[in-house]
Parts: sequence; C-alpha cells; structure tokens
Amino acid sequence: MSTATLAGRDVHVDAEGFLTEYDEWDDDLAKVLAANIGVDLTDEHWAAIRFLREDFVAEGETPTLRRVTNVGGIATKDLFRLFPGKPAKKMAYIAGLPKPVGCV
Amino acid sequence: MSTTLDTAPIPSFEDEDSGPRKIAIICSKGSLDMAYPGLVLANAALGEGIETHMFFTFWGFDIINKKTLDHLQFSPVGNPATHMPTALMGLPGMQAFATHMMKKQIEGLDVPAVPEFLDLITDAGGHLWACRMSADMMHLDEDDLHDEVEGIISASDFMELSKGAQLLFI
Repeated sequence: MSTATLAGRDVHVDAEGFLTEYDEWDDDLAKVLAANIGVDLTDEHWAAIRFLREDFVAEGETPTLRRVTNVGGIATKDLFRLFPGKPAKKMAYIAGLPKPVGCV
Repeated sequence: MSTTLDTAPIPSFEDEDSGPRKIAIICSKGSLDMAYPGLVLANAALGEGIETHMFFTFWGFDIINKKTLDHLQFSPVGNPATHMPTALMGLPGMQAFATHMMKKQIEGLDVPAVPEFLDLITDAGGHLWACRMSADMMHLDEDDLHDEVEGIISASDFMELSKGAQLLFI
C-alpha cells in the first residue's frame, strides 16, 4: 500500500491508483479522480457513485454493474453512456472503492 | 510496508498497447449448462469495453429462439458433471429435476435467467447474430428469434464481421 497526494491531502492507494481506505474519500476527491480519467461529473454520475458508496457499506463489496441496475435502478445503457468502456471499474475508481469481484 | 508517492497512479482504462479488443463467441449448443458460459463471458467482455459479437448456430439457436429461450434444459444423461451413474440419469423426471436444481443455483448467485441475460448483453452494446443454415434447417425467420438479434447471416458473413476478433467456440 502507498500514500499519495490527491486533492491536496495524503490518501492510501493501491498499485493501480484505486483508493484503499473507505473513509478517506469525499466529494472533492471524487472530482479529482473523475477528472483523472476524463469523466465530467453530472447529477447522473453522482447518483451512481452514491449508490456504490451506500451499497459497499451494506454489502461489504463493490456492486457489479448488474446490481447497480437491478438494485440501484440505473439502466445498463445509461451506465455505459456515463462511464464509457469499462463502467464498473470506472465507477469504483471514482467512488474510492475496490474493483468489483463478481462475474455478472 | 508503506511508501509515499509523489503522484498517485491513474488506472489505465484503455487498451493503448494493442488497440481496441474485439471478441466473437460462437454458441453451438442449446442446453442450459452450455448456454451460460457464452452469456457470462460476453457480458464480462462488454464490461471491459471489448466489442462483442455472439453467433448462434445449430443447437445454440435454442438460446435465441423465442419458443425455447426461456425453457433451456440441463441434460443429466451422459453428463459427467452430475457425478452420478448414467443409468439413473435416464429415469423419468430426472432432467426436469436437474434443470430445476441448476436454475435455482443460478438464481441464488443473482445471475439472470436467459431472456434477461440476452437483454443485459444487448443493453451493454453486444451484438447477436443468427446462423443462416440453422435458420433454414429449422424453418425459422427473424420473427421467431429474440428481438435484439441483428440479423440472420451466412458463415462467410460471420467470417467477415469477426475479422480481427478473438474467437471462442462453445
């Protein structure tokens, strides 16, 4: 584990750059993380990120895309539009969570 | 062991080393246990930003045939996965029982049933194609197939569209 400076403070990150401490994340950090990967945050993005954060606390793991759709109520098509290419991993990165481990 | 970095690494979400990836999955079998590997892998590929094509041929047609897609069966006869004597597996009711068990396990993992899985894949941008020869053999046309199937295409059409793709035959 390493510490790095993001948004003017020291945070813990893994080798790829994903945050490893749930409580070190806040909205300002999310904006920096989003900008790092070229995502411009809108209300729709925030809704997905808030769901990820809440579901992680409830379930102890990062939700898969299917769970964000079924439980979080955000259509799969919209997730691919908001976080193009690799939506599950991009959302997890911005939300300061580990990559999801589920297969589906 | 903790180290301090000057700048935080940024994960790479692109495949800049090898260019965009593309995968084509040929689904040739229509039993419940042979349908899932293709569906799971196609969905995973899409989640990784990989252009994904599924080509349904021969018995794989059952996965996209509106009449059968929600009624795929797990056949325990001659299937070593059951770890049971083959003589028992042929008894009446055994296939229905095995199918029921497998569906329950899949549902327990929160993995979608076949119709919903096909919708999930096409919502994620996946492409579904049907095999011309199989359609002709089974006297089926596009109206008989899942609505998101983009077309009934020949084997050579498939060769063209899978140009540059990684191939998987199931």
